[in-house]
Amino acid sequence: MTNSSGEKFVVPIGPQHPALKEPGQFQFTVDGEIVTGASIRLGFVHRGIEKACESRNYTQDLYLLERVCGICSHVHATAFALGVEKLAGVEAPPRAEAIRVLGGELERIHSHLLWLGVAAHEGGFDTLFMYTWRDREVVMDLLESISGSRVHYSLNVIGGVKYDITDKMADEIRRGMDFLEERTHYYMKVVTTDDTFVGRTRGVGIMTKEHAERLGAVGPTARASGVERDIRFNAPYSAYKEFPINMIMDTTGDLEARFIVRIKELFECYRLIREILDNLPESDLTVKVKRRIPAGEVISRVEAPRGELLYYIQSDGSDMPARVKARTPSLCNWATISDVAIGHKLADMPMLLVGIDPCFSCNDRLVQVNRPNQTDLNWSWDDLRRYGIEYYR
Amino acid sequence: MSENKNNLVDQVLIKLKNWARINSPWAIHFNSGSCNGCDIEILATLTPRFDVERFGIKLQGSPRHADVLICTGPVTLQARDRLIRVYEQMPEPKFVIAVGSCALSGGVFDGCYNVIGDLNKVIPVDVYVPGCPPRPEAIIYGVVQLLEALKSGKPKEPITVTEPVPEVVLEEEI
Repeated sequence: MTNSSGEKFVVPIGPQHPALKEPGQFQFTVDGEIVTGASIRLGFVHRGIEKACESRNYTQDLYLLERVCGICSHVHATAFALGVEKLAGVEAPPRAEAIRVLGGELERIHSHLLWLGVAAHEGGFDTLFMYTWRDREVVMDLLESISGSRVHYSLNVIGGVKYDITDKMADEIRRGMDFLEERTHYYMKVVTTDDTFVGRTRGVGIMTKEHAERLGAVGPTARASGVERDIRFNAPYSAYKEFPINMIMDTTGDLEARFIVRIKELFECYRLIREILDNLPESDLTVKVKRRIPAGEVISRVEAPRGELLYYIQSDGSDMPARVKARTPSLCNWATISDVAIGHKLADMPMLLVGIDPCFSCNDRLVQVNRPNQTDLNWSWDDLRRYGIEYYR
Repeated sequence: MSENKNNLVDQVLIKLKNWARINSPWAIHFNSGSCNGCDIEILATLTPRFDVERFGIKLQGSPRHADVLICTGPVTLQARDRLIRVYEQMPEPKFVIAVGSCALSGGVFDGCYNVIGDLNKVIPVDVYVPGCPPRPEAIIYGVVQLLEALKSGKPKEPITVTEPVPEVVLEEEI
């Protein structure tokens, strides 16, 4: 809205705000209650992990990269480990690969349930939030019984995995899956039939297929708009070759479709986990990998719960990587917000934001755009530090 | 005489305030660069299995209503000013709980170019809860430790909660 002097009316939200648990600043230009423009400022949790990777060895990096994000910690480590294994010219044993995928799918269950709860909370439906988070504890217990930690599992090592799945544990996981499957049927019913919920989601934030492709959406956000984009399906990695998944798609592209896609993915996770447990290959858990990784570069892509996660790893032959670059799914999806938000009510913004399952700790990367007259591309530690201080002053 | 009477009223008021504060502390959560792990565990303490509200603890949005600042993560350079601002907006008396290894020492991010690395360098901390991330039980135990300390006046020395939390202690608290 512009007043008589031509100024726009901007509603700033954040960085500390009650809606999400992480800092991010949004500025919505509004005309009355209708949003006419949206801009997002990220970077409050930028820590400089990529640069830090260069001063730690490969094993240390595995633990550091796991802490890029506390929700999808396992996939970050998996992507890195798969990349380094490719550079080193080794392949993890089949049992290790299967356990990696098992961990990844368990993590997807926990992430989707977490998201469902947070989304319900933003929609003012706290009962569903409490229900999903109560049931999420089942999968947290399973992850803890496998690895000993609820959040950072450290399943991966370079050349395999650390923890084995015993028969007793497998039975426990099967029981957990049975319970969760039953509960997920209930959530599906709530999300598609409950009036309060449907009123907040159906027809809200519609993104067409062309739109999603143009904005570069990934993961469930893109799949809800009918874009066939799932790394597990398009370019199977690790044990997804032996245990293929079905891609879950929807064509509506609204918020409800994103709910439905994620909940249907949960059923796919349960099926896959049961299949892996029934056909767990017998082999060692690790192969030996030399500390020094041969020089070269590699791109490693995996499907995180939020979408495609890409790692670029460059090695100079030493025991530390020369460059690590992570391209996280949340950052790809942000562009859709500022575009789709226009024309919606301000009250729809929390649901729209949550619809892409944002994760700020994944987001905050430094992206350098190369200017034509710029020649020096190497930034030293001091340069970065100075740039960071100046930028956020 | 009237002075004494005023003193008495003051003392009763202070006792009343302290009683109310211990029975219903309102907490605000600020993420100053954490990986999200601790934040999720803090959120998990609100949910049915852990249910921190049984201690009267309520997590809410505005710093102006809060007694306790629960802070996670190593302090990044750009979060520092915002953290100080949130801290200054809180009414006295205020207490700070540092959750997670990063808030204690910088943790795995120690030495990153954009990280200060220690919450204590930015604002004074009352309770430290270590762990990467600490279990929800540990976070609840940390809050309860703060409340215990409040019963006997404001804690002078920072408290460090050891992990793992002994099961027995939690049973007694319930």
